[in-house]
Parts: sequence; structure tokens; C-alpha cells
Amino acid sequence: MAKLKEVSKKQDILSSGHRLCAGCGASIAVRQILSACDDPVVVASATGCLEVATTIYPYTSWRSSFIHNAFENAAATISGVEAMYQSLKKQGKIDKEMKFIAFGGDGGTYDIGLQSLSGALERGHDFVYVCYDNEAYMNTGIQRSSATPRGVWTTTSPCGEVIPGKTQYRKDLTGIIAAHKIPYVAQASIWRWSDLIDKAHKAFYTKGPAFLNVLSPCPRGWRFPSEETIKMAKLSVQTNFWPLYEVENGKWKLNYKPKERKSVTEWMEPQGRYKDALRPENKQLVEEIQKDIDDNWERLLILCGEK
Amino acid sequence: MSKNTVAITGNDAAAYAIKQINPDVMAAYPITPQTALVQKFSEYVADGLVKTEFVTVESEHSAMSACVGAAAAGGRVMTATAANGLALMFEIVYIAASSKLPIVMPVVNRALSGPINIHCDHSDSMAARDSGWIQLYSENAQEAYDNTIQAIRIAENMKVRLPVMVMFDGFITSHGIEMVDFLDDEVVQNFVGDYQPNNPLLDPEKPLTYGPLDLYDYYFEHKRQQAEDIKNSKPIILDVAREFEKISGRPYGLFESYQLEDAETAIVALSSTAGTAKEVVDEMRAKGKRVGLLKPRVFRPFPYQEIAKALSHLKAVAILDRSDSFGAFGGPLFTEIRSAMMEFGKIPENIDIIYGLGGRDINEQDIEGVYNQLDAIAKSGKVKERIQYLGVRE
Repeated sequence: MAKLKEVSKKQDILSSGHRLCAGCGASIAVRQILSACDDPVVVASATGCLEVATTIYPYTSWRSSFIHNAFENAAATISGVEAMYQSLKKQGKIDKEMKFIAFGGDGGTYDIGLQSLSGALERGHDFVYVCYDNEAYMNTGIQRSSATPRGVWTTTSPCGEVIPGKTQYRKDLTGIIAAHKIPYVAQASIWRWSDLIDKAHKAFYTKGPAFLNVLSPCPRGWRFPSEETIKMAKLSVQTNFWPLYEVENGKWKLNYKPKERKSVTEWMEPQGRYKDALRPENKQLVEEIQKDIDDNWERLLILCGEK
Repeated sequence: MSKNTVAITGNDAAAYAIKQINPDVMAAYPITPQTALVQKFSEYVADGLVKTEFVTVESEHSAMSACVGAAAAGGRVMTATAANGLALMFEIVYIAASSKLPIVMPVVNRALSGPINIHCDHSDSMAARDSGWIQLYSENAQEAYDNTIQAIRIAENMKVRLPVMVMFDGFITSHGIEMVDFLDDEVVQNFVGDYQPNNPLLDPEKPLTYGPLDLYDYYFEHKRQQAEDIKNSKPIILDVAREFEKISGRPYGLFESYQLEDAETAIVALSSTAGTAKEVVDEMRAKGKRVGLLKPRVFRPFPYQEIAKALSHLKAVAILDRSDSFGAFGGPLFTEIRSAMMEFGKIPENIDIIYGLGGRDINEQDIEGVYNQLDAIAKSGKVKERIQYLGVRE
């Protein structure tokens, strides 16, 4: 298990001075995850908040080698880096142990980059892919994605006279990735940092592709004060909105079970993006959202052998 | 006939060149009419004849994306595509060039959709002409083989470090069987040499960032450098050609002149059509007609001074475009050459012949007709129609 005392001694690969917003969940996730790697690492990033805020030419916030290619191809790009590494290693031109990781937001992962990711996973490259899921296209100003939950306001699912925000449920990306039957898949939270770092370590040191889906609260997009990022992460887990689990070589395991799951309204109320969904006339919508969370939880318990 | 002369398709010849080059990484997706090239290379991989890490991607977009990652990592990288495949990878084609990654990519020319069509024209590579890649066009399987090998040296030259596309005509060259003279493996290996990494990602001692956000304070300077870099590749392309001639006996330049020096009229044509035109030139020369041909090889960087000079003595010239540029004043080859000819005071009369779209055949009679038209223009000094479509029902 990761120990705070040890983790705090490691030099951050993502240095301070980057231009992500105060309270951004993504930079916290990136630091926790990279602290789990004991070898030199090459980082790839999809176009998105993380990329634009850390590599504004002529500056870079990355102490490791870093590559950004485009929006939808972080997985294909890191697969090329890894393929070259394997090639040079086989030829004896390189002998160092190195690790490879790609980061993408939910836009670059759930949506535009899903094909590239699926291809790289199927091919079996030895790399880690991390989705920092902030539930909308935050970099371009809070547009809906297929990770945006039902009932949420975004600039492309605005709350209008007849439509109260996003009408569709979010996509179960972690389930889709698990269906690829890669060696390691996990869902994690920056609130449970020790769990996340342990999962990241497993992901780095599992041979073959590994995937982490990390909910990354976004003060700007979710409309909450920037000092409450970890609180949001915590509520998402305690309400079963964002369950923590892992799928290791096909075996599902639940990593956290709240003693008593909180009502979804506890998760929704502090977030301005749910303001319209919480109006009295949308009571049924909230009930349906709650039922969806509970149904998903029941299914997860069965998959994890808890029921 | 040398022991290395074989009857082979253009695709197999290019695949054989890639086998001999033996790149560190190849990431490719099959697409008609390039498919046989990727299949052949897959056999080399399956038989353990190459050291290449072969990345069998799920799309051309990922092919070029993986090539960018692999080349930035620090090794020799190749791919191959055609038409819609090139269109799908388009975004990353630009990124490869601006990142100065020496990727080499045969492009088997095929018409872009739509409507969907699988046969030859040059709309695919012409659409990529502003992407910052060096472009070499090949007349036949031999040139496809030779250009692929030379492309490695051009791309990886430390003064260049740019990606190179090697074009040859879909089906006509890719599937037609021709005699090709192969070099020995070690001759090719010695010619291409060891890959020299330049700012590799795989050096933990020297971490660096590829692909940063480049805004209005630096982007323009970087694009200006790119313009300079591709311009400066011209003498390197010629140096590589001279060296290649030493090992192969086959001369290459920026373009090929065929019976051009004393010609009164001439055609400019890319790739396989130039081969057909040579036959016509021979037949017409036998009848005493002073006709010639210019076959561009290097389209990017465009050797505008050299081409304009080579055409300047003509009375009339027809530029054959196997792609259209809708709404423009002629096809891409025509607009470039006509513009280039402005460099010299006396401009030959000129017409644009757009032909062969979607694999529409062009035969010797068609080309003879163009020469006859040029003859009439030379005599009358009058052009009835500047931009013409040849071989289309109207």
C-alpha cells in the first residue's frame, strides 16, 4: 500500500507552475499516478486541458519525456512510442527499463479517441492509459460528452424551456474497456489516493495494456468552489455514483463499499451544473438518476462476487 | 539481364524495398490499391525476414499517429497508404511534417471519394501537397522501388529531417507486372545506413516535450522554418540521387526530360502517363515531329525555376493533371507550372489537360491528340480553351 511519507519524497514529474485551474482534479490525478512509477516514463497526452495547460511553448511542465500529437490519438501515439522501444530493445540498442503512459480527458477517451484506444488495447502494447474524466469537454468551455451524466447542464446541453440539461445517461467506459479483456482495468478516485496509487503501480507493472478511469472533478465545469475538489471526489464514491473497482485478469473486485450509500442529491446539490435538475418539477428525473445509480451498483456487486 | 531482375508488381517492389530498408517500426493499414504491399510486408514479418516491429493499426489515422510516436521515440519508421486512407490520416500528416519526423510513406495513388472509386488518379497526394512532406512521383515499379530507398536518405538527412511520400499509380503500377532490377540487401543497407536519432523521446537522460501548444508568439516562426527546411531539401535530393546512381546505374533528378531540349511542343505529365507519352514521343519523332516530354519527379519542394527553364524554349506546352482543383484556374500541376513560367520573360503558350480521374484510361491516341493540338496552337499562337477535360463524356 502506498505510504504518504514515501510518496511525498518523490519528485513530481508534473512540475509546479503549470496553468491548470486552481482545484483541477486532473493535475492531482496525474501526480498521484506518476508517483507510482519507479522507472523513467514517457508521457503522452491527448489534446485537452492537461496538454494545453502544461506545454505552452516555449515552456513545459514535464520533467519526463512528453508527446502530444492530436486530440483523438493519444493511445495510437503512445503505441508507436512503445513499439519503437520494443524494437530497439530487441535489437539491443536500448537496455533501460522504461514505462509508457497516455492521458486523455473524457473527450479524448470516451468519444473522439475511443477507436484509437480500443485498437491499442487489442494490439496488446505494454502501456497504461488514464482517462481523467471530468465529464464534459472542459478545455473548450464545458460541452457535453458521452461521459456527461444525465441531468447535467453543459453549454451544448443547456437547461432550456423544454429540455433540462443532458437527457442521456453516461457511457460505461470502464465496462467497455474491461470487455477488451486486457490484463488490468480499474476505476479510481483522487479522494482514495492510496487506492489510486496502488492501482497505478499495478497498471505500470502489469505486462500489457492497463487502463485507469479516474473521476476528475472540475470546479469550472461542475460549478463548485475550487477548494472542494476532493469533497466532490469523495461524494461521487460515497453515493455510488463513481464506484471503485478493478478487473484484474478478468476478475472483478470491489475496492470500496460505503457503509450506507448517500442519496444522489448529496452529490448533486453542491454542483451548480445540477441546479435545474434539482428543481421541484424535475423530481422524477432525480428519482430516475438515483435508480440508475442503484441498478448499476447492483450489477457491479454481482460482477464482483459480492452478491 | 542481371540476376536481380525480376518480373514483379509495383506493390511487391515497394514492399521489397521496405524489407531491404528494414525499418525499426512500420505501422500500416491496408487499403486498395496498396493492400498487396502491406500483405507482402506481413509475410516478411511472419517469416522473420525483418527486425521491424509491425504495428497492425485499426485505421490510417492510427497508422500515422503511431508513426509520429515511433519516429519521435527515435528510430526508422515507415507506413504506406492510398486515397481515403491518406485523407483519414490527413490531420497527422501535417503534424508529422511540423514535428520534423523523417517518416517514409509510399502512397499508391487512387481517386479520393466521392463517389467511391478504387482506381488511379492523383487527387489523394495532391490534396496533401501543402502538408510539408517531400513528394516524389514514380513512373513505374522500378522508380517506386528506387524512390522508396532514396526517400529514407532524403528524409533522415540532418539538414532535412522531413517526411517523404513516394507516389506510384494505383493498379497501373501497383498491380501491373514489370521488370524491376533489385539491389542486393547489403547494398541497400549500406546506402540507407544506420538511423541517426535526433531528440529521441527514449532518452531518459534528456527529457523533452514534443507537440507543445504553439500560439501567435511562436507558431509563425516555426512555420517559416518549415518553409525553409523543405526548400533546403532540394540539393540533398540531388546528392542522394547522385549517390544512388553510383550503386544502381540509374540516374534521377528533380524531373526527367525526354526529347525535350530541341522540342517545339511538349507535355508535362506525372507518373505512369509519362511512360505512355514516351511511346508517343518516339512515334511522332520518327515522323519528324519535334515533340518532347517533361516528367516531374519531385513535386515538393517544387523545382519551379528548373522546370520553368526547361520549358522556356517551347512554343506550346500541355500540362496534364490527373486531379482537379475544383473552382481553381486549372489543376495543381498546371497552376504551379504556369505560375513558375512567369519567372522567365517569354512564356510558352500553355493549356491544362485534366484527365484520367477515377482511373479513366488515357491511351496513346489521346496523347497524340494533345500533341496535335499543341502543334496547332504553336502555329496559330492561339489557345481556344485553356483548361480542358480529356476523355470525359460531356
